[in-house]
Amino acid sequence: MQAKHFVLSINGKQCSVAVDPGTALLYIIRNDLDLKGTRIGCGEGNCFSCTLLVEGRPQQSCSLTAAAVEGKSIETIEAIRDTELGQALIASFITEQAGQCGYCLAGILASAKALLERQPSPSRNQIVAAIDGHLCRCGAHNRIIRAIEKVAFGRRMAG
Amino acid sequence: MTIASPPSLTENPQCRDWIDLSPNGRVTLKSGKVEIGQGIATALVQIAADELDVDPDRFDLIAGHTSLGPVEAGTSSSLSVETGGQAVRLAAAAVRSLLLDEAAKLLQAPKTELSVDNGRISVGERATDLTYWALAPTVDLSAPVLGHANPKAPNERRLVGTSMARIDLLSKVASAGFIHDLDLPNMRHGRVLDPPARGRRLVILDDTSLNAAFPNVKIVRDGSFVGVLAAREDEAVQCMAALRMCAQWSDAEGGPHSLAEAIAADSSSVEEVFCKGDTASAEGRVVRTEIERPYLAHASIAPSCAIARWREGCLEVHSHTQAGHDLKSALAMAFNIEPAKVTVIHHAGAGTYGHSGQDDVAYEAALLARAVPGEAVRVLWSRFADFALSPLGPGMVVTAEAKVAAGRITAFSIQSVGQAHVFRPGRGGTVNFIAAERLSAPPPKGIASDVPLSRGGGADRNANPLYAIPNVHVSKRVLHDLPYRTSALRALGGYANIFAIETLMDDIAIEIGSDPITLRLSHLQDKRAATVLEEAASMAGWPGVSVEGEGLGVGLCQYKNRSAYCAVVAKVMCGEQIRLTQVWAAVDAGEAINPDGIVNQIEGGIVQSASWTLLERVALTGDAVSTHDWGSYPIMRFSEVPEIEVRILNRAELPPLGVGEAATGATAAAIGNAVRQALGIRIRKLPITRDAVLAASAS
Ligand code: FES
Ligand code: FES
Repeated sequence: MQAKHFVLSINGKQCSVAVDPGTALLYIIRNDLDLKGTRIGCGEGNCFSCTLLVEGRPQQSCSLTAAAVEGKSIETIEAIRDTELGQALIASFITEQAGQCGYCLAGILASAKALLERQPSPSRNQIVAAIDGHLCRCGAHNRIIRAIEKVAFGRRMAG
Repeated sequence: MTIASPPSLTENPQCRDWIDLSPNGRVTLKSGKVEIGQGIATALVQIAADELDVDPDRFDLIAGHTSLGPVEAGTSSSLSVETGGQAVRLAAAAVRSLLLDEAAKLLQAPKTELSVDNGRISVGERATDLTYWALAPTVDLSAPVLGHANPKAPNERRLVGTSMARIDLLSKVASAGFIHDLDLPNMRHGRVLDPPARGRRLVILDDTSLNAAFPNVKIVRDGSFVGVLAAREDEAVQCMAALRMCAQWSDAEGGPHSLAEAIAADSSSVEEVFCKGDTASAEGRVVRTEIERPYLAHASIAPSCAIARWREGCLEVHSHTQAGHDLKSALAMAFNIEPAKVTVIHHAGAGTYGHSGQDDVAYEAALLARAVPGEAVRVLWSRFADFALSPLGPGMVVTAEAKVAAGRITAFSIQSVGQAHVFRPGRGGTVNFIAAERLSAPPPKGIASDVPLSRGGGADRNANPLYAIPNVHVSKRVLHDLPYRTSALRALGGYANIFAIETLMDDIAIEIGSDPITLRLSHLQDKRAATVLEEAASMAGWPGVSVEGEGLGVGLCQYKNRSAYCAVVAKVMCGEQIRLTQVWAAVDAGEAINPDGIVNQIEGGIVQSASWTLLERVALTGDAVSTHDWGSYPIMRFSEVPEIEVRILNRAELPPLGVGEAATGATAAAIGNAVRQALGIRIRKLPITRDAVLAASAS
């Protein structure tokens, strides 16, 4: 392993890390920066558990390196959960009891936030399309869709 | 109401085995049943809070800690509420009674005049200063639960029966709530070299070049078991990737090409498990079906993970196992130490729905940790291992045959064939950890024995039809010669057996020109079964209107023939693709502790079963599992899930029943029957894919 220095912009803070250039962003976030809310799933880009936001867009952190995101703003669940939209989504997930084991939820929350930021009143189909890459083994799908729909509806009502 | 004493109380008879009153005004509730996404933590707190009259937010739960909590059987078979919940109810009732005995003395008031509000005692209408916590030092909680427990009548319960929100969900949505996130001081990260298949030997491992490239990584080897340890996780990952390139494994050992071939080659004999009347001499026309379910993967979203540490000859393991006490004794057996020297502590994992690699990885962490005494070692499995090395849900072939005369089913025989359904660690005289098989001195190979019908059955689970039929014969054949690892997957044989029985019921209905629901109702003496069936039919507007390419189908199950009842109606639309568009389910789970929790479980069971039924199959090539990733093992996605409506028929006066597995078989059957109705094609070999339909319509 050859450690190199990178400066990453994570949750609004500049973070300097020394890691091997081959290291996946997922490990940097979880281990070097101790932000453990981002989940490890397959590590192969297939399950979307590890989704976070890069420049506001959902990306799979297991398939990114530090070099690929240097200079870009990265938002993990630890920041998402404190935003107004993040809070509204979490509250809605709890109201709908949208989840069983809950493992898939952090990644889905990131994708949902990105969608609602781009598109304040998405249709059901748009919601489904935005989270269709995320796998959930527990079958909590309908509740998750409903939880996001309700936030979208609330925002529409609030203008 | 009289409640039978649940088995959990036999091993843990004292009040304090279950409940402690902490000095800080809190209640510690202890349970051997663990939260695996099914809401059990919440249900247990609801039950205890109700009996004790203490608000749920005052509870701390210790679950699945083999040293601090009660010894209970694993969290499986949908038994957590049935047995664990009943034990908690009795224990909480006993603690309340002991506390009130003491309060009555102090307050010089009759016990019958006392009431409790969030732990504070009142005499009649008058609140006192006395609380449970003030009384606690004078009350001996080593008193037996039985003898003191007199739980509330159903109409006195306030929390039970309400849809209290899950107490654990928030921690799992957006913070470090899982075992994967546990970070012990100076913890090392481990990775294990995966063999291409079970039973392969390491022929060459030329790791000489790795020392220079990874000076900080420790390589641990015993026979064909190889692991790496590093302070940094990415370093362990990269070193393992390099190590993989240095390894050469022995060749494939052969293996069957299909389940049918495997069944033909296996020497195991047929066991009769149930017999009533005489099926052979019964009169009637024969209707027969044979179904096949493929091997299925647990396919948990998270990789299996564990942390282990050896200190002074004692082993501490953090695990998401469903069966902490099984794991504890198997680890003791594997390392040849006293069971008392092993502690297993449960932490949340992602839903596995049965016995996945959760226990194997704990053993591997313990093996690696042995090389660095005193230090904690975390091992995370690869996605490959979770698909190819973890136990699978066994493939099954089920043959069902009925005789029909004058609109009545006169005889029914069924035979379920496949590998054993439960092979947890420490069972069958072996540790049953996959890595143990690769050690230079491997432990003896054990033989998996299938679950007997008295404990709910394994291959034969739910093989005995729910219908009133005078002559019934149930048998099974458990295959032992196959190279694949199998163990518990949600509902065990119940999924395939109900699929077979309910497929046959529809075939009989077609044969005699009866409506499928009418035929079932005319053969049901069990009122609860009939009620859920009628309810599901009415929810779905049965028989519906006929639309080209669309079909409705039904399935019915009483899980394990003694637990929750579930009837499912499915609607499919068969065009370019087979689409499951809508599902209705009616459920009778006795007393509904948490109605929304039940609905959530049933919805999840429906989606998972639909995913198995329409999409899933583990590919096997000779002795190897050739399904390695999500690309080759699709599961149901957001864009594919049906609309689902679940209705609960609450029976507060009856014991609560677990529902986690109740919907699986009925859902499969409902889908198969709906496809049959839509296209006139019967798919007997799961999954029901577009290709399977095309092939069937071509032949
Ligand atoms: S962990 Fe990144 S996509 Fe699965
Ligand atoms: S809730 Fe378990 S994976 Fe989605």
